[in-house]
Amino acid sequence: MTTVADPKAPRPPRAKPSRLTTRGNTELYGWVFMRASGVILLVLIFGHLFVNLVAGEGVKAIDFGFVAGKWASPFWQVWDLLMLWLAMIHGTNGVRTIVNDYAERPGTRLVLKSLLYLAFVITVVLGTLVIFTFDPCPSGSPADLLPSFCTAS
Amino acid sequence: MWSWVAHRVTGVAIFFFLLVHVLDTSLVRISPEAYNDVIGTYKNPIMGLGEAGLVAAIVFHAFNGIRIILVDFWAKGPKYQRVMLWVVLGLFVLTMAGFLPRHLMHVFGGE
Ligand code: HEM
Ligand code: HEM
Repeated sequence: MTTVADPKAPRPPRAKPSRLTTRGNTELYGWVFMRASGVILLVLIFGHLFVNLVAGEGVKAIDFGFVAGKWASPFWQVWDLLMLWLAMIHGTNGVRTIVNDYAERPGTRLVLKSLLYLAFVITVVLGTLVIFTFDPCPSGSPADLLPSFCTAS
Repeated sequence: MWSWVAHRVTGVAIFFFLLVHVLDTSLVRISPEAYNDVIGTYKNPIMGLGEAGLVAAIVFHAFNGIRIILVDFWAKGPKYQRVMLWVVLGLFVLTMAGFLPRHLMHVFGGE
């Protein structure tokens, strides 16, 4: 005869609590990141908008020479790089939350999130490359389109 | 409640703007002419108003975001969350009042 489990034996330990969407504290870190990055982005973006829209001639002054003038300085390169990364992570994580809220079918979620992550990778890689490989004085370009320091020496 | 909807809508709008914005900025790697041509097509009153709308979206999202953070981390945050919404709206109006005349002058003004 097969034996049944001893009724007085201690109950086997429960399986570890499992969460539906993530393991560990990933969502908590995301929550903290949204707040920390938000504070930094406020400074970075307000500074960006002030310099590009309000100071000097405003939007009218933006052209290749303007961008070259800014990116000739490591200060604005680092500024824009930080802004790019933080805004993209913050924005992608925010949109991910919204997809989770409204897209209920697993297939729809998968498609939307794949598109979202693809857009993230393309934008961050492209933006980073542009900042680091930028040449303010490309040879063969008309001098009147370039910043003045290109012809100085 | 409406402030939560507005925070979402502005967040998504800024996100999509940013994707396009990085793309058009990347034209500086193609040639000065390519960048200037595309930026040149933005220099008209319609885009000027669009820029004003984008700035309004950012300013609201940023100030309301700080309010969310204060509600979460400041012990008295939840108690003052309604008051802080009025502060957000007040700061929003002030910031836009400082920004709009100058921007519209650049967009519509002669010099
Ligand atoms: C109408 C408003 C805006 C104008 C006219 C503008 C203009 C520019 C210009 C001229 C550049 C070239 C480099 C520089 O000046 O630093 C640039 C780069 C950049 N902007 Fe903006 N911007 C605007 C709004 C924004 C906003 C709202 C964000 C953030 C959400 C942003 C994020 C960036 C980033 C990340 C870069 C670097 C792009 C790269 O890595 O290729 N901009 N912007
Ligand atoms: C200017 C400074 C900014 C501040 C202070 C800020 C702050 C915040 C905060 C506190 C949240 C709430 C997160 C949560 O509930 O867990 C949030 C959500 C969000 N933010 Fe920002 N943010 C800023 C800029 C941006 C930018 C540049 C983008 C787009 C690229 C963006 C897109 C979003 C999105 C899509 C959400 C999700 C909204 C939701 O879940 O309802 N934010 N932001």
